[in-house]
Amino acid sequence: MPKTARILIWILVAMLGALALATIALHRGEQINAMWLVVAAVCTYALGYRFYSKFIAAKVLTLDAQRATPAERLENGRDFVPTNKWVVFGHHFAAIAGPGPLVGPVLAAQFGYLPGTLWILTGAVFGGCVQDFVILLFSVRRDGKSLTEMAREEVGRVGGLVAYVAVISIIVILLGVCALVVVNALKASPWGTFTIAMTIPIALLMGVYLRRLRPGKVLETSALGFVLVMLAIWGGQWVSQTPSVATWFTLSAPFLAILIIIYGFAASALPVWLLLAPRDYLSTFVKLGTIALLALGIVALHPTLHMPPLTRFIDGSGPVFAGNVFPFAFITIACGAISGFHALISSGTTPKLIRRETEARMVGYGAMMAESMVAIMAMIAACVLQPGIYFAINSPAGIVGQAPEAAAATISNWGFPITATEMHSLAQAVGEQTLYNRTGGAPAFAVGMAHIFSHSLGGQALMAIWYHFAIMFEALFILTVLDAGTRVGRFMVQDALGHVWKPLGRTSWYPSILATSGLIVGAWGYFLWQGVRDPLGGINSLWPLFGIANQLLATVAMCVATTIIIKMGKGRYAAVTLVPLVWLVAVTFTASWHKVFDPNPRIGFLSHAAQLASGPVVNARLIFNDRLDTVVTGTLIVMVALILIESSMEWMRVLSGRKQARVKESPFVATQFATEEQG
Amino acid sequence: MKPSSATGFTDALALLLAALREIFDESAYTRFLSRTQTVASREAYAAFCREYDAAKARRPRCC
Repeated sequence: MPKTARILIWILVAMLGALALATIALHRGEQINAMWLVVAAVCTYALGYRFYSKFIAAKVLTLDAQRATPAERLENGRDFVPTNKWVVFGHHFAAIAGPGPLVGPVLAAQFGYLPGTLWILTGAVFGGCVQDFVILLFSVRRDGKSLTEMAREEVGRVGGLVAYVAVISIIVILLGVCALVVVNALKASPWGTFTIAMTIPIALLMGVYLRRLRPGKVLETSALGFVLVMLAIWGGQWVSQTPSVATWFTLSAPFLAILIIIYGFAASALPVWLLLAPRDYLSTFVKLGTIALLALGIVALHPTLHMPPLTRFIDGSGPVFAGNVFPFAFITIACGAISGFHALISSGTTPKLIRRETEARMVGYGAMMAESMVAIMAMIAACVLQPGIYFAINSPAGIVGQAPEAAAATISNWGFPITATEMHSLAQAVGEQTLYNRTGGAPAFAVGMAHIFSHSLGGQALMAIWYHFAIMFEALFILTVLDAGTRVGRFMVQDALGHVWKPLGRTSWYPSILATSGLIVGAWGYFLWQGVRDPLGGINSLWPLFGIANQLLATVAMCVATTIIIKMGKGRYAAVTLVPLVWLVAVTFTASWHKVFDPNPRIGFLSHAAQLASGPVVNARLIFNDRLDTVVTGTLIVMVALILIESSMEWMRVLSGRKQARVKESPFVATQFATEEQG
Repeated sequence: MKPSSATGFTDALALLLAALREIFDESAYTRFLSRTQTVASREAYAAFCREYDAAKARRPRCC
């Protein structure tokens, strides 16, 4: 294509993107079509990928097509395997796509669609995609080393320790929050509970089928599992409509929490092939299919967004979670814009599969763009709902009250009209007894998704099926994170305890397995229990805590990346990672300060504890929870400060010439692939 | 000879299938068979799972 034509095309893309962004940013008082968000996102990603990632690849990282990657040099047919870039892209995307980009934007929609959407786009293009790309490339240049190892080697011992503590903290808090989302989605829902309960025997059956009947036929087994899950959804309808059976599956939140804690413990101790692996395959199968289906549904329906661009809750008085748009929108969105957890994947399996260094751009930067697009779709799913419905589903009983009429009146008084009759009809349409106080984001996302799907395919008659399909999709997703996360956490604790007493480090020694599983499950189970007993719904205090922990890990990743860039002698380009790092620090410090010291008891842990202590009935447990959350937040923030200080000192030493700028990369070896291509 | 659009479509499908086979560990199993010079069987798959599951269980799932 002639150069002039290419320039013209990119000018058109930029103009279209600007028009879409202006439309979503400047329209007030009238509803806009969701396609404006899609167009703005596609154009922003296209420009970011074409120009910004290319700049980083060429100037900052100087990707070298002649340099052999560890997949080529260390090829062993097991961990190190040179793989087609599109295959690695799919593998990496499947690994980074979790429940965060679905739940976070739904919660952040309480501010309106504008703040969340703008942060998802800018955060991804300048933060998340950059982080995933640079960490992937740095790991590729270090034989696929993990973030923790790179932090220890390039920043210092404190960096390594902080990365380790951050990972453990994230795992524990994440699992607690994820379990809470599932509990809130399934409480008093016989249909949903039955469907999710059935996924356990289905996964076990898949495990046996895969091991005994059709060894190695994973795709076939996953497709079979999917059919069985669809049957379970269909069966769930019968369960919910048969009162004698429905009572068995109509469970309270505390009881569900206990069941999930028991499940987590059992899943951690069972053989991987029996439950974890088949559930993981099933979850991935459903995840990839549903994301594709949702994208098609949004394009086919191109729904109208009923949520305004900004709501009154940007002042911090939101019912879903309390806190101003800054910093809480940024903490809440988490994985859709930048996720520290991705740095673990980018320095895990993926760098061992990359065939050519130049492909790191498409895999690292590109897959995060796709993840960010998922977050935009979640935002659309939440904002196609009437705001009154959105707030009725997501507001805890402690804010709007238990009685439907009272809740509807409170929400209508906020300026989002809704009636108890409308909510009752909606609950009936989706096959639930009630949709009030379903905090956590998952039910609101499911209603939005069911709305999009049923309008694109099947009409109102299939609304209930689609709703429970969406609930199944999210819960399956989350339970996979739960059982895999518990096991990963268990291994990390065993590794650490092995330094204290060797037998504890043996991953096959049952007393150690039981003790460390109990430790991890007990830790996240405590947060879950705290959330379930919280009259404000739990999400109000726990999701920001998760967001802070996740952004902390991103801070660690950006510190490592900035240190390496400076040591590479590319200090003039350090802003590429330094600016997102400064932003992350500002967000995490501000959010942490608010969560601990804010005088509003709905935000600050300490003021909430003080309010409880001065109330007519002193609840010692809730006061203890607030203090525990304060200690956790304080510990996380001290960690951020420590790694920042250590990194800054390293930067100063290198920039002032007191230390030689030398990175710890693997030696250059010329790739054979280039020769093959030329031949 | 196939028209280029048909070839492109076939290539895209093959790539999609390759990605799915990698995501769902079928390719890893094929590589295992080739590396250990064994044929597909229950025993071979059990051996693959023993080797592969240890790594899989340590792999964090993203949030």
